[in-house]
Amino acid sequence: MTTLQRFGYDNVAVAVPVTVPYVRYSPHGAHWFVARALEGVLSASGLSKAELDGLCLSSFTLAPDTAVGVTQHLGLWLRWLDHIPMGGASGIVALRRAARAVQSADATVVACVAADTNQVDTFRNTLGSFSRFAQDAVYPYGAGGPNGSFALLTARYMQQFGARREDFGKLCSAQRDNALRFPYALFKKPLTLQEYMEARPIAEPLHLFDCVMPCAGAEAFLVMTRPRAADLGLPFAEVLATLERHNAFPDDPVQIRGGWLLDRDELFAQAGVRPHDIDVLQTYDDYPVISLMQIEDLGFCAKGEGAEFVRSHSLTIEGDFPVNTSGGQLSVGQAGAAGGFLGLTEAVRQVTGTTLGTAVPNARLALASGFGMINYDRGLCCGATILAGQGGK
Amino acid sequence: MMEHPELPPLARSRAALGLTAAAAVGRFELQVCCSCSAVQYPPREACHRCLSSRLDWRLQDGRGELLSETTLLHSHHEFFRTRLPIRLGLVRLESGPTAVVYVHGRVSGAPARVRIEAHLDKAGRAALVALPEHGLTRMGDPQVTDQGYLREMTCDPKGRKVLVTETTGAVGLALVRELIDAGADTVWAGYGTHARVAEASGVRDLAANGRQVRLLTLDVASDVSVRDAARLVGGEVDILINTAEGRGSPATPGGAVDPARTEMEIDYFGLLRLAQAFVPLMRASAATAHSSVTAWVNLLSIHALSSLPARSAFSAAKAAAYSHSQALRARLQSSGIRVVNVFPGPIDDESDRDLPPPKLAPTTLARAMVRALTEGVEDLYPGEVAQDGYARWRDNPKVLEREIAG
Repeated sequence: MTTLQRFGYDNVAVAVPVTVPYVRYSPHGAHWFVARALEGVLSASGLSKAELDGLCLSSFTLAPDTAVGVTQHLGLWLRWLDHIPMGGASGIVALRRAARAVQSADATVVACVAADTNQVDTFRNTLGSFSRFAQDAVYPYGAGGPNGSFALLTARYMQQFGARREDFGKLCSAQRDNALRFPYALFKKPLTLQEYMEARPIAEPLHLFDCVMPCAGAEAFLVMTRPRAADLGLPFAEVLATLERHNAFPDDPVQIRGGWLLDRDELFAQAGVRPHDIDVLQTYDDYPVISLMQIEDLGFCAKGEGAEFVRSHSLTIEGDFPVNTSGGQLSVGQAGAAGGFLGLTEAVRQVTGTTLGTAVPNARLALASGFGMINYDRGLCCGATILAGQGGK
Repeated sequence: MMEHPELPPLARSRAALGLTAAAAVGRFELQVCCSCSAVQYPPREACHRCLSSRLDWRLQDGRGELLSETTLLHSHHEFFRTRLPIRLGLVRLESGPTAVVYVHGRVSGAPARVRIEAHLDKAGRAALVALPEHGLTRMGDPQVTDQGYLREMTCDPKGRKVLVTETTGAVGLALVRELIDAGADTVWAGYGTHARVAEASGVRDLAANGRQVRLLTLDVASDVSVRDAARLVGGEVDILINTAEGRGSPATPGGAVDPARTEMEIDYFGLLRLAQAFVPLMRASAATAHSSVTAWVNLLSIHALSSLPARSAFSAAKAAAYSHSQALRARLQSSGIRVVNVFPGPIDDESDRDLPPPKLAPTTLARAMVRALTEGVEDLYPGEVAQDGYARWRDNPKVLEREIAG
């Protein structure tokens, strides 16, 4: 059997990264945030609603609707529609689906949107019915939610690889430093290592600043062909490569690695670059341990050396290895599925010179990574993409 | 499914209730694939290895390694919020799967060898608990653990107030003794007003010699008597054990009505009377803070499941009581009160002297009932005859019917 060469993403443009400002709680429904996001991409691109013919939507709080209900709710008449329930991997997966749609001309302009509301009971209510295995085999055990699951993964990771709380603290503190320059971050005060270390415990070894804060908000971007983006006069990022992997390493007794590891060589080969060429990295960071796993599994250091990598690099925007330059979810907030878009929209901004905060100088290559869905004892969905652009100043 | 703030979460898939069904009889069972032998957890609809849908629930030894642990200091559910901190772990079972489990305080820190057991939680749903690999049979003993959420998975009589409704018979009397030995705080020993002095002498002696035993006039066949007893002690009872039986009434091979009425009056209507009088009081006291109300125990018979023709009225009365106990269980679930049903075979006492051996010694039965409480079992089939009958009934109730008919 011959192995088919994967098609590239030549001709695909990612443009108009939009963030609908986050709020801790909102009286509005998820549809409201979807509408604000669409309004944002249309007004920034100069396109009319009629010119938008594709939508790829992610949300945890649309129920009982899916993307289908949203078309009528918002008066969209589309010829291409997708709904991606992959949480933190939704952004990467949406980009992959939308890229193929515009390459094949099944759609000409696809809006990729992740939007969620947050009301006082929203987060709690989604936990018990998050997945069947969560309902049957996790939620009845103390109802700790993802804090409990990530505490178990973090404890194992620390025990096996010698990572310390200080290492996670350094990453969280650097991200906060980045967030202070990002207008939409919900956390506005610096986070010292001491404050991180002394924060109240939530689920040992996790303390308060290891855990994302659920909030409401939305992220969106447009996918179209490069000629179309050029016609519209939009700065755009090129998609050099992507990967997507679900339920990797199912026989690992506890998650210490993710699906990135299986496909990263192909990812870099497809992009024609190597890890040290990457100018800026956006990891999925609902808890710091998973950022360390991404740094390892995407090839920036060897397995188990994530903590040492953090110790020996500066991770702020000015640093030698800028990570999560908008502050990441840990400092901006986790607006449901939008948490899976946050790194991607920031990556597009960095390589197109359209940052809202501070630009990493000459950032031409960005890697954004996604991780989603703690279905039972581990996260199942992994994704990553390498984007290229002209960079900022 | 409605969430109840005073209980752990109730919602489970139908497949997951298989874990609960096994835990109800004190077993830790997981689905095993009939095609490729892969052990499955969490419960599912098809084999994760070969996709076969032929999954059988099979007994597990529960051995495994605690890979990782955490202490929850925050919970999203009201029930757990009042029970923090909660110790959780990830256990890799030797049979393959990884399980999220409660970790008993006697287990040393990860990594550690452990043994997993399945216990019913306060909502009556199975939960997995990691215990030290060896020893420790009384998980809920307050002297062994301060983990309230684990204690609540058992109904340990230690320190609790217990009502035994009928104690003039050998079983009731043995039960009073066993409860005292198990550390019960108080045992109210019920005896009917019609009971002859000689019949009640055993329990009178116990009451005279120990402070824990208090005599209580109680005739389950009388509305007034049951109501009076409830008024006296109903607000204080933590565990109610109904031992009143019409067992031993003459056989009714021709279907004579009067003896059958007697059996029904005691076994079925007696349970109804007790439920009517005691359930509201026990539920009310279960709803108060720091309540120790925990269980309602019914002495039934293996013939509640399939009639013994030579004792048709007895079997019918026990079947009726069993049926009502299921309704009682559904009703008490929201209060976190466990209904424990006991299904013995013939008992080696005066009432069953006509039945052939093997028979269960009253002391053995009483001991098994107390153990069911300390271990948190919901359905108990004590002794060889009961175990055999239960196995045959599970295998094929229709075949059992023909076997018993002879």
